[in-house]
Amino acid sequence: MIESFSNGQEGVQHSVTDQGTAARHAEYWRRNIRLLGALLMVWFVVSYLCGIVFAEALNAFTLPFSNFPLGFWFAQQGAIYVFVILIFVYVKLMNDLDQEFDVDEGEGA
Amino acid sequence: MSVQTWTFLLVAASFALYIGIAVWSRASSTKDFYVAGGGVSPLANGMATAADWMSAASFISMAGLISFMGYDGSVYLMGWTGGYVLLALLLAPYLRKYGAFTVPDFVGDRYYSQLARIVAVVCAIFVSFTYVAGQMRGVGIVFGRFLEVDVNVGVGIGMAIVFFYAVLGGMKGITYTQVAQYCVLIFAFMVPAIFLSLMITGTPIPQFGLGGVDQASGMPLLERLNGLHQELGFGPYTSGTKSTLDVFFITAALMVGTAGLPHVIIRFYTVPRVRDARISVGWALLFISLLYTTAPAVAVFARTNLINSVQDVPYSSVPEWFTKWEDTGLISFDDANGDGRIQYVGPESPLTNELTVDRDIMVLANPEIANLPAWVIGLVAAGGLAAALSTAAGLLLVISSAVSHDLLKRSLMPEITEKQELMAARIAAGVAVFVAGYFGMNPPGFVAQVVAFAFGLAASSFFPAIILGIFSKRTTREGAILGMVSGITFTAAYIVYFNFVNPGANSADNWWFGISPEGIGTLGMLLNFAVTMVVSRMTHEPPEEVQALVDSIRVPRGAGEAHEFSM
Repeated sequence: MIESFSNGQEGVQHSVTDQGTAARHAEYWRRNIRLLGALLMVWFVVSYLCGIVFAEALNAFTLPFSNFPLGFWFAQQGAIYVFVILIFVYVKLMNDLDQEFDVDEGEGA
Repeated sequence: MSVQTWTFLLVAASFALYIGIAVWSRASSTKDFYVAGGGVSPLANGMATAADWMSAASFISMAGLISFMGYDGSVYLMGWTGGYVLLALLLAPYLRKYGAFTVPDFVGDRYYSQLARIVAVVCAIFVSFTYVAGQMRGVGIVFGRFLEVDVNVGVGIGMAIVFFYAVLGGMKGITYTQVAQYCVLIFAFMVPAIFLSLMITGTPIPQFGLGGVDQASGMPLLERLNGLHQELGFGPYTSGTKSTLDVFFITAALMVGTAGLPHVIIRFYTVPRVRDARISVGWALLFISLLYTTAPAVAVFARTNLINSVQDVPYSSVPEWFTKWEDTGLISFDDANGDGRIQYVGPESPLTNELTVDRDIMVLANPEIANLPAWVIGLVAAGGLAAALSTAAGLLLVISSAVSHDLLKRSLMPEITEKQELMAARIAAGVAVFVAGYFGMNPPGFVAQVVAFAFGLAASSFFPAIILGIFSKRTTREGAILGMVSGITFTAAYIVYFNFVNPGANSADNWWFGISPEGIGTLGMLLNFAVTMVVSRMTHEPPEEVQALVDSIRVPRGAGEAHEFSM
């Protein structure tokens, strides 16, 4: 997956007439990929690592203030909460990034 | 009022509501029919996506499956929610910027090839029919048990309703009906869950009840259930029996499949802007997670209740619900040792198990097992129908637009007028309803299992083609076509072999690397990625205008409304 991201960088076609705009878009895209990478890392850790690979080991612990075995909690509750939060964080950060690079859609439809 | 009266009343009221909405929101153009005019608010779209997404499998089968699978059921919980993260981050905003009507539209244009378009159409129809079969079976179960009509009549009524609003209203009718259906189904799911949580753990919030204390024994609920399981010779509830690798692969197949399902993807064409597409995925997952974090609690409550109410009970004094469900054949008792009592035990017990319970009934029978009021039972029936019908309608729309738009307008008969295209879309939706009805009357297996295969197929076909189409400009027509064909063929062959050709060999010893047919879509997806990337490097790079198209979908500005893309 990571490889396919970086491949996207090769041979950027300058369909956008303005060279400055093209460079700005390329930088915007790099920042976007970095953000995606970080968020997907969290996505992977809470579900595949905490909820699956290390679930049995984490079951030795209990989620504080409850009676959940920790690995079981990640697999059936915690990962889902984190997914929801991840998307809202992504929306906030991406909308900010759009504005920073002046590629946002404005307020109108 | 009796359960029967309540059920009739609530089901009839909800159906009247759906039909009313359909009449109010008739489609008058192809744009209305395919993408609801492109002006749906992100919140409404999120709700509609949630209803579209949560099918009979989520509402009726999932909690039941988890109830019997324990930890292993986590694959459905994480798999069917984690895909939305992929959808939000990797697909929805870009596809919205591109602004097509269908998934094959994007594939055909990005890969500058009619062949790619046709391959995508075939994959979309194949995946959608696999999925819709499960929905109709769900409709049949609800009607059969609650309204005590013949299953075939039940499926017929369901078909008539879907026919009415999908054919008349297209995406516009479906979207606003789905908003209503979400409200019905979530209410119907939460009410019994809250009742059960109060009864068993004393807290009204099921998510906390699950980690709470069992009032009857004073022990933590999960510990108590693990104890019961141990006594009866089942494995511990909070640990799984599937191999870690298989759980990993099944979860991945479900996640990626979710992100690749055409009826989910097209929902994000209906909002006005890229930023709306992003946030509406967030709303969708928030609405979905309400049910998905409640389901594991319902599973544990149901499991505990079932064991407490039937284990070692004399058959002559079983509760009323037991006898009713026995009539449908979904629960059965075979007094192996002839002592007249029900022994419900697991594989590790020295005793013989005498009770067979179909997993699909756990959610439906739950309110009766817990002695909840009659209206709650009727409500659950209406909720199950809302879940099945909303998903069926979304799928039928994909099938109909695949035929009228992708196959006719964009491939075979480009000269047809918009009016003719709209007529073709309605006819295709009508035909699809009847095919789906046939599957409903001749159902293939468990709802959730059939649906699970649709994910493997979606994961191994669309997902890599779309992702690489956005993130790697070097991906070529040849790469994408060969990738999709090899991915879906490999996955379908593996599933068909182990389920239909040689079902006797369907066990971990014979599976490749111990990966079950449910999880094989992940391997199919990896194969698709590998084939696409290798072939792309060996073929001519895509034409300049396609690379420019990729550049343009990467930035949000200028999304405009959903439109036909012309090159």
